[in-house]
Amino acid sequence: MKVSLADLPLGQHAEIASIDCGRRLSRRLMEMGLLPGTPVRVVRVAPLGDPIELRVRNYSLSVRRAEAARIAVSPEGAV
Amino acid sequence: MSGTPAPAQVLIAGNPNSGKSTLFNALSGGSAHVGNYPGVTVDRTTARLRLGVQDIELVDVPGMYSLTASSPEEQLAVNALIEGGTRAVICVVDATTLQRGLYLALQLVESGVPVVVALNMMDSAARLGLDVDTERLSQLFGVPVVPVVATKRTGLDALLAALDAELAAGSGAQRAAVEYPPELETDVASLVPIVARWRPETRPSQLRAFALWCLLSLGDDSLQGVPDEVRRSVSDIREAAIAQGRNLDLEIIASRYAWLDAALSQSCSARDPGPSWSERIDRVLTHPVVGIGVFAAVMFAIFEALFAGAEPLISAIESLTAFMQSQAAAILPPGVLQDLVVEGIIAGVGNVVVFAPQILMLFLFIGFLEDSGYLARVAFVIDRVMKGVGLHGKAFVPLLSGFACAVPAVMATRTIERRRDRLVTMLALPLMSCSARLPVYILVVGTVFAGQSVGWFSAGAVALFSMYTLSVLVTLAAASVIRRTVLPGPAPTFVLEMPPYRWPSAQILWLNAWRRLRIFLVDAGTIILAMTILLWALLSFPKSTAVTDHYAAERERVEQMETSEAEKSDALRALGSQEAADQLANSLGGRFGHAIEPVIRPIGFDWRIGVGIIGAFAAREVFISTLGVVFGIGEADEENTPLRQALRDARHADGTPVMTPLSGVSLMIFFLLACQCMSTLAVVRRESGSWKWPVFLFSYMTVLAYMASLAVYQGGQLLGFG
Repeated sequence: MKVSLADLPLGQHAEIASIDCGRRLSRRLMEMGLLPGTPVRVVRVAPLGDPIELRVRNYSLSVRRAEAARIAVSPEGAV
Repeated sequence: MSGTPAPAQVLIAGNPNSGKSTLFNALSGGSAHVGNYPGVTVDRTTARLRLGVQDIELVDVPGMYSLTASSPEEQLAVNALIEGGTRAVICVVDATTLQRGLYLALQLVESGVPVVVALNMMDSAARLGLDVDTERLSQLFGVPVVPVVATKRTGLDALLAALDAELAAGSGAQRAAVEYPPELETDVASLVPIVARWRPETRPSQLRAFALWCLLSLGDDSLQGVPDEVRRSVSDIREAAIAQGRNLDLEIIASRYAWLDAALSQSCSARDPGPSWSERIDRVLTHPVVGIGVFAAVMFAIFEALFAGAEPLISAIESLTAFMQSQAAAILPPGVLQDLVVEGIIAGVGNVVVFAPQILMLFLFIGFLEDSGYLARVAFVIDRVMKGVGLHGKAFVPLLSGFACAVPAVMATRTIERRRDRLVTMLALPLMSCSARLPVYILVVGTVFAGQSVGWFSAGAVALFSMYTLSVLVTLAAASVIRRTVLPGPAPTFVLEMPPYRWPSAQILWLNAWRRLRIFLVDAGTIILAMTILLWALLSFPKSTAVTDHYAAERERVEQMETSEAEKSDALRALGSQEAADQLANSLGGRFGHAIEPVIRPIGFDWRIGVGIIGAFAAREVFISTLGVVFGIGEADEENTPLRQALRDARHADGTPVMTPLSGVSLMIFFLLACQCMSTLAVVRRESGSWKWPVFLFSYMTVLAYMASLAVYQGGQLLGFG
């Protein structure tokens, strides 16, 4: 089962399935280590609801919800 | 001894927040030189260093996550690698985010250039339970890997020794070779001969890496100087790949990360240390309630420092300038030379130095926020608001600083990564109502709204509040419009690393603030000084001998009068002020004020206000002292009662009063919206790297100010407020 990163519940561990943010941003995210199969979780939401903060490859990265919505993930434990 | 005249160039590259600049400063001992890369406004920080028997030039390249480039700015590092005399690269990797940092190192290793990896923050990594076998890592990469702690200056000798060895001979070790899918290898092989024709000087071993770079970078880029042949080939290869359902970017990047993951599994072990300090701090600092409270407090502290904290220093500089002026006036004989020195040169230097306290304070603050990691959280907390007008979260601090002064605020935009976002911010923020506008508001309010009230509030307070509110709204609207029209392009994306919190080094904060100040003093300072002298000349020449003779005669007459000494000196002072007023009216500036009266009459101004506006170009508050001279009052400030009275008594040629509540509001709006500030223009010239942007800024703000004042004045008259 896949959901978008924007819909992933806070703290839920997941694996990235695909990134579809346009070439330039997708490439940047991939070069920062967000690749299919990479474990990711949402650790925080900004006080005003956007952006969100991700934990990936031992560092923290914040992205806007609009971009997170275009990253598909497979939540851990989901079938 | 080597006979080479130019020192070997060694780049220091690394991810943002990897401690790259800290290492640079530790190695250079703070003796850096800041220049500019030609064509783009990216600082090029360099330092000379003695290494063994040769001199090297260390170059601090901007932080980056990869060599892939899509803009001319990102291309800098690649250009330096390919074209410049780069002999080696020190790649700084934050040991706590090993994979991402080593991704860049791997690209450098692939490129064939001599590389030394500085594994920084090994102490933090150890605390996080990370154990790195640098020996093994070095074998896998085929380049030296040296553990360092830049903040504590440990490991620097070993790093320099490794660098020296690389420069002398190269390790000769077998370099890391990423295994790419066979289809991709075929694509690369077909591209190699074409990039070889583009860069015949490239060594064969580097061509493969360069072909990979082209495949990854070209397509939707704005890079300059790429031959059509290369673009066509890359585009053909990409299209063929897409037709086969392949994603080239993914193939290249995933292959590299797969290699990295394998390498790290052999050289690195980690245990879970539990929530880090940063995690605990973030729970508080980005908390919906507490976080916003802390945010507001920090922003208020910046505001307070720029407004109140800098004030004593600014006053001291102004006093010193006045003292120097009086000294020069005492030494030099009266005449044009004295005027040039006193009102042109010393005033001009004063106009430059007076910005120093605010620039230093803002950059100490921003440096602290940036190096501690909080600046990223500021952007995180406020991005939702900035997104609405097409700005980046990082635009907030510069915009806020605009309330104090646009000059340091424009300089602060350099924390924004993308050039387009930076330009939009620096072109909009001069609309924020800066502290130099306040004296003008106070003069106008005191002149036309004295003692009046609107409901429960004084009319002056309502007017001031409206000006500040209006300035925020207009700034945001302008940013939004500029983003859509003048600088169109994709909305800024917000992909921002939240670095772990770290305690900044005072020495580095000071070094950086000082470097910024020095750049301002030299680059923007010369423009400001030149413009001050030009304005002085405009408001001083030509001198009318008729006026001089008339007042000489008048003085003679007063001297002959049989009154008390006190009355005589009062009369002489009044004559002096009157003479200054008449000379000003006769000057080019004064004539220009008369000439533009038909243009400014429809917005409620007369020629005297026009002269004041011209004088205000030196700095907005100079409007008041210029009016003081125009009205023959001599020195005046915004609280000056005679000046207010003179303004109230001023009449147009048809006998109607110049200053009415309506023309007062028109004047305040004009000052709010017009770019009456040469220092802002000078600093925008420095930070944008071209005269195009200050000219655009001045033009759009002047047109906006005129149209708004026209609408207010004419509309107000139609509604019967005249």
